[in-house]
Amino acid sequence: MDELPIRSGDDVVRVRQFVRNAAADNGLSLVDQTKLVTAASELARNTLVHGGGGVARVEVVKSANGRIGVKLDFTDEGPGISDIDLALTDGWTTGTGLGLGLSGTRRLVDEFELTSEPGAGTSVVVVKWSR
Amino acid sequence: MERVPILKIGQTLFVSIQIDLQDETVIRLQEDLADELAATGAHGVIIDITAVEIVDSFIGRMLTTIGSISRLFDAETVLVGMRPAVAITLTELGLSLSGVRTALNAEKGLEILNGKS
Amino acid sequence: MDVDGRNERMAAYLRDSHDKVVGRWTDLVVAGVRGRTSREEVRRELEDLYALIVRVLSGADEHAAGELTATLDELSRSRARDGFSPTETAVGVFSLKDAVYELVADAADLVPEFYSLSRMVDDLGLRTFEAYSSAREQIIADQSAAMLELSTPVVRLWDGVIAVPLVGTLDSARTQLVMEKLLDTLVATGADHAVIDITGVPTVDTEVAQHLLKTVSAARLLGAECTISGIRPQVAQTIVSLGIEFGDIATKASLADALALALRQAGLKVVPL
Repeated sequence: MDELPIRSGDDVVRVRQFVRNAAADNGLSLVDQTKLVTAASELARNTLVHGGGGVARVEVVKSANGRIGVKLDFTDEGPGISDIDLALTDGWTTGTGLGLGLSGTRRLVDEFELTSEPGAGTSVVVVKWSR
Repeated sequence: MERVPILKIGQTLFVSIQIDLQDETVIRLQEDLADELAATGAHGVIIDITAVEIVDSFIGRMLTTIGSISRLFDAETVLVGMRPAVAITLTELGLSLSGVRTALNAEKGLEILNGKS
Repeated sequence: MDVDGRNERMAAYLRDSHDKVVGRWTDLVVAGVRGRTSREEVRRELEDLYALIVRVLSGADEHAAGELTATLDELSRSRARDGFSPTETAVGVFSLKDAVYELVADAADLVPEFYSLSRMVDDLGLRTFEAYSSAREQIIADQSAAMLELSTPVVRLWDGVIAVPLVGTLDSARTQLVMEKLLDTLVATGADHAVIDITGVPTVDTEVAQHLLKTVSAARLLGAECTISGIRPQVAQTIVSLGIEFGDIATKASLADALALALRQAGLKVVPL
């Protein structure tokens, strides 16, 4: 498992590159790599902009039936999300919406888990499996 | 911080994005384009993203915003060369970038600007 | 778990009677194999299993259990590939009990040891069933993927016009594949018009409509315009009654109509010679 700090825009770029290499090295298709790295970019940016900075953890995982996947964990100690349902509300947008971009991000990955409490920070864990 | 260069050829501004975009670079590009449009009175903008591997919601919104800004200067923007993987990802994210026109490459982009369609 | 040392005693017994037991076990398995594998090969496989079983029973080696299951899984897979039924493979494993029983039948003091071995062999036999099952599932998954690939062609109708005739249900897996092939073909051919024909799609509900909209959206990001053709009368009624809106996407009843529209948009006209 690798840990990368998210304290600046440069760090977000670094996280993207790291995740892209991890995805490519572990057999994800090009489209799946793109989806995962894009999700990582969204989540890293959230961690930086809304969470006041935090850390990204990248891990290669194996499923019960032997498939390999890449697991990402974005954790911050920011203000937390008070209304999780609202943050995850879906909508086929034209891209002019504000917000945390979480509903879209969820569609890019296979597994998505969000834990957050006001005053206790936020943690988003996602997994993308190879086919 | 890296800056994306803007080329002027005739009445068109060309922007070719070759680097991994940081937020500040993106915002700077928007500002630079607005300046150039105001200064040159160009009729069109071509943004070439053939080399771009990741377009997230922030960059996607920037592209739409550039389209809106250009229109205020009576210029049209065409986004060219989007990679299939990027298009599929943007669609999944729910971004249709309906504020900008698109084309497969710069050549077709120019045809659009020059009134072919 | 070796509560009273019975497993260790059985391990010792198996070590001492190695040749007799493995020989008898091989006889029993070969009888079931009916010539599909050679006797030497069977003997080799059983020797490996036997050695691992003894190691597990003696309890000294913590890696033995893992190695045993791995070896057994590999054996199950290879038997499945060679066309053996899972019962045949399991029976082969179970027959170790028969081989051992024949030799301990008269030794009353080995009853608890034998019972323990018997339970262990039962578990191993059941395991071969599970391995067989997941191997079959993998084959089915691979075949489904191959079928999906085959049933999603993208054809070039004319300069700048490509068609995607969809046959069968349009689920999310299919949609992903269609999008990838469609977009790759747009790039490869430089086409700027795509006709998505849904004559062969049996039902168009809200989910299918969403998939179609997604596909069109993706194609538009590459500068291509799309037409959806093959709208059958019942499908049209369903779409309207469900309140599905195709917005500014052109729709046509037939592929021919869609081609005519695409050519018109490309500034072309078909005239007699």
